[in-house]
Amino acid sequence: MGEFRMPSLGADMDEGTLVEWRVSVGDHVDRGDIVASVETDKSVIDVEVFETGTIQELLVEPGTRVAVGTALARIGDAAAEDEPSEPDVPAHTEPPEPAAPPEPVTSTPPAGSTPDAAPGEPIAPPVTPPTEAPAPAHPHVVVGEGPVRRHASLMRSPLVRHLAEQLHVDPDRLRGTGPGGRITRHDVEHAAATTRRASPRARRRGIELGIDVDDLTGTGVDGAVCERDVVAAASAAEPAAPAPAPSQAADGMRAAIARTMERSNREIPHYHLSATVDLNPLTEWLAEINAERPPAERILPAAAIMRACALAAAKVTDLNGEWRDGAAVTSKQVHLGVLVSLRSGGLIVPVIRDAHERSVEEMMTALTDVVERSRRGSLRSSELSGATITLSNLGDRGVDEVLGVIPPPQLAIVGVGKIAARPMVVDGAVVARDSAVFTLGADHRASDGRTGSRFLRQIESLLANPTRL
Amino acid sequence: MADDAMELLRLALRRVAPEVDLDDVDHDADLLDELDLDSMDFLTLVGELHQRSGVEIPEADYAQMGSVSAVVGYLQSRQG
Repeated sequence: MGEFRMPSLGADMDEGTLVEWRVSVGDHVDRGDIVASVETDKSVIDVEVFETGTIQELLVEPGTRVAVGTALARIGDAAAEDEPSEPDVPAHTEPPEPAAPPEPVTSTPPAGSTPDAAPGEPIAPPVTPPTEAPAPAHPHVVVGEGPVRRHASLMRSPLVRHLAEQLHVDPDRLRGTGPGGRITRHDVEHAAATTRRASPRARRRGIELGIDVDDLTGTGVDGAVCERDVVAAASAAEPAAPAPAPSQAADGMRAAIARTMERSNREIPHYHLSATVDLNPLTEWLAEINAERPPAERILPAAAIMRACALAAAKVTDLNGEWRDGAAVTSKQVHLGVLVSLRSGGLIVPVIRDAHERSVEEMMTALTDVVERSRRGSLRSSELSGATITLSNLGDRGVDEVLGVIPPPQLAIVGVGKIAARPMVVDGAVVARDSAVFTLGADHRASDGRTGSRFLRQIESLLANPTRL
Repeated sequence: MADDAMELLRLALRRVAPEVDLDDVDHDADLLDELDLDSMDFLTLVGELHQRSGVEIPEADYAQMGSVSAVVGYLQSRQG
């Protein structure tokens, strides 16, 4: 009935590596279920399927790097038409097709047209057709044959799963030796005894530097492998060359960010505006409510700022959407991209959907959650696409002004500088007030400065009355 | 006692900055700069410290936690 194709997990993403299948042939899947883990330059992402049906065939083997748009699996109706395996159909000969509804873009179209595209749908692939996918060694992989790993939860009993947790064994890395590839207690124990634990940062650095972290001796907590172990191993491997500084090492993430920045500067004529916003009302209000709350319930200014941005974007819609085929496609629904810095360097931009509908408290919960999962590398594919506007790093420490670069194909990016006490004039006198400089970078094809300043003024007036946010 | 507080900080830090080795950083330098923490990280750290030690740590006290030494001192003075 349909083909599940490699989605684009970022504006600059052209290809990804299928790390593992999370389903098997014959499994029923609902729209939104995780079917595969895909590794991009930035992270390993849990990829969701956008059709409900039954997995008929898995077309690509784990470990294969495939271009965006490559068919990965065939999904049929539950009452499957029995299609016998077709002869080799290498995915790259087919033009990329959107999976179901005609609109492949995840951001919701303007009111009046078709209802929301499903969260998991890919952004339309870039104009140039995807590069040829490497022909998989076995185009059709059927369960029971070949090295495909199965959906972990089918394979492990609760006891085995619990043991894996206790021994800090990553179940996704296990290969089962039991009947039908089942993961046994022995497999878990063996893995615990022989596999090195490594921090996510170490693993990422390992990918960048071409070091297998499982081969290393760790100097971190409980013998875990940390980043410095990886860097040390990389420099030990090349005694003649100076140890590569982490920022210079062949770096997938850096390259991906570079591509996005290049594309943005090349394609989007930016204009920038800025406004200094009095945040005293906000910081006073937060101090009051946070005084009564334990740390886990406290609200950061960031949450209120996100709320204000989302509301402003829902109102000034010329800044909320995408540039597509020569025109702005805007919406009243706000899916807010939030820049998160990763500790190893680099950025990732998870998307908080329907941000305009979330209260400040809900925003705080969502923010805490995506930041944690961004750093852990466990974001879902639906969280990496579909932003209608982006909020840049809530640079609470660094600089006064953040002049952002719009992630294509969006129409705007909001920057917020450091919140600090600054002299402001109130009733003719100079007083110290908390403030921050808000900036807007916007696509001049889609809006003019007048619209941009309306947007910033909206934010300003929303934040002047934080209790009404 | 200082050791306990330091150990507590070490454990709490694993949640926000797992790759940081407290023995490798300047204990008197600005905490956020030295450990590369943003406001979300700091709040998470405070939460961990609170959960593990029972110490209250209201927002008003954040100013007393400006460095590793300061945090250790603060925790020490408030632990039972």
